[in-house]
Amino acid sequence: MKIQLLQICHARSGDKGDTANVGLIAREQQYYSVIEKYVTADVVKKHFEGICFGKVERYELPNLWALNFLLYNALGGGGTKSLKNDAQGKTLSSALLRLEIDVKEKLHI
Amino acid sequence: MKQKIRIASGQGFWGDLQTAPFEQVTKGPVDYVMMDFLAEVTMSIMQKQKTRNPELGYAKDVVHIIEQILPICVEKNIKVVTNGGGVNPKACCDAILKVAEKHHYRNVKVGIVLGDDILDRMEELSKNGIKLNNMETGESIDNIGQKILSANVYFGALPIVEALKQNAQFVITGRTTDTGLTLAPMMYEFDWKENDWNKLAAGTVAGHILECGAQSSGGNFSADWESVPDMANIGFPIAEAYPNGEIIITKHESLGGKVSRQTVSEQLLYEIGNPKEYITPDCVADFTSIQLEEAGENRVKMFGVKGKPATDFFKVSMSYLDGYVAFATLTYAWPDALKKAQVADEILRVRLKKLGLEFEEIRTEFLGYNSCHGPLSNSVGEINEVVLRIGVRGHDHNSVEQFGKEIAPLILTGPPSVTGFAGGRPKPSEVIAYWPALIRKNVVKSEVKVY
Repeated sequence: MKIQLLQICHARSGDKGDTANVGLIAREQQYYSVIEKYVTADVVKKHFEGICFGKVERYELPNLWALNFLLYNALGGGGTKSLKNDAQGKTLSSALLRLEIDVKEKLHI
Repeated sequence: MKQKIRIASGQGFWGDLQTAPFEQVTKGPVDYVMMDFLAEVTMSIMQKQKTRNPELGYAKDVVHIIEQILPICVEKNIKVVTNGGGVNPKACCDAILKVAEKHHYRNVKVGIVLGDDILDRMEELSKNGIKLNNMETGESIDNIGQKILSANVYFGALPIVEALKQNAQFVITGRTTDTGLTLAPMMYEFDWKENDWNKLAAGTVAGHILECGAQSSGGNFSADWESVPDMANIGFPIAEAYPNGEIIITKHESLGGKVSRQTVSEQLLYEIGNPKEYITPDCVADFTSIQLEEAGENRVKMFGVKGKPATDFFKVSMSYLDGYVAFATLTYAWPDALKKAQVADEILRVRLKKLGLEFEEIRTEFLGYNSCHGPLSNSVGEINEVVLRIGVRGHDHNSVEQFGKEIAPLILTGPPSVTGFAGGRPKPSEVIAYWPALIRKNVVKSEVKVY
């Protein structure tokens, strides 16, 4: 079944220089294994094509039912230098929640 | 020893809700108020203010806020810890003492932490072979040598603990870590040792939760923002700390907002890198060890946090001048709003090219269409209006200034139904870039004074 991350997750993002961090949190513990399985660094890198021009790193925080993504070279030079309206990547969290994943498991949402 | 202390968050950044600290000290019991004022490039702005006037260089809000809460703090013995001293904690301290005197509080003790500002030591450090190269890019400091505007070491909790030991009721620091402001009262009250790594990590994580103000109590909350009660009167978070390192995150009941596993989790994930190694001068905290548990309404218990020994380094936050930027906006209305804005952009670019101006980057965004999510934005039908937003960046001041003169002509020499040019010509503003580095702890020394 196709699921948009917005249905099962919430998120917050911020910046560290030219790198954006996006924290993705499962709304319920049962969804954590789903995002852990399907929302890989590669998937996120592809999703942010045209926004993130560097690598994407993923860290797992099962205790918080969460994943943390670092998107390198994603903010147009970072904070004060960037010409972007969203120079600090504050809305990249909601941009990640747009992502649709195709899951094999049957989920009750 | 106290069996618990309540540390209230009063400000999440320079410019936050001015009424929050007053609400925190009046709407329920608290022992401490922590206020974070410093973002990464704030120090350079303050440095400039200090250059113009040696009595400035700190967050003036600190003084106004302390004036508001002073009688209550004295009455209830509430202590205030803030890094709003910026590049001039002494001037901030003097201003607070003046305010205290004005209101006839003559026994108020204000402590300051000095020594973080190493701008004057750059030459000496360099001579001694200490190179503050960019810790992220590896770039040599020699590349920015003459352009450095500020250089400050991030101190941790220890100097604040020292000021509290000397009976300071208000502790004003320069570049202290945001987390140190919260950890220090716990170390002081519970007598935590400098190598109680798990406890220091717990206090550090609590500090991370408080440092952004209401961002952990329902502000900017993505899970169910509409469910946050009474956001107009949002309550800032409070960390209720216990000697064993357990922490309850909560807020005053009579205020709005919400503290839940979800609001706290969002803040925990905010602006972190590798969660196994959250590095501060006090310890290295492991965010994968944090356990959260809902413990009543608007109460989240945090426990089990693991910490590791601190590193031998302080982080140094430097800023330098790196060219100029200017931004312009024009609003285009239906019909064909987007197309008209796109054509205006093309016309402008042709004209800039004809003038031979030099830029590192020109960026165009269409606000209302794609400025936030870029290529991920859904294509929409006919839109009612769109804001054309163009920014340029370059090292040639003249080019950036000339760009500003090319905007207004578009109104009469470009596509129709355009408005929104009331602010005059966009002027170049300086780009203050950030330069993070590491320095061995034994090279710098904090100094605590209590007045």
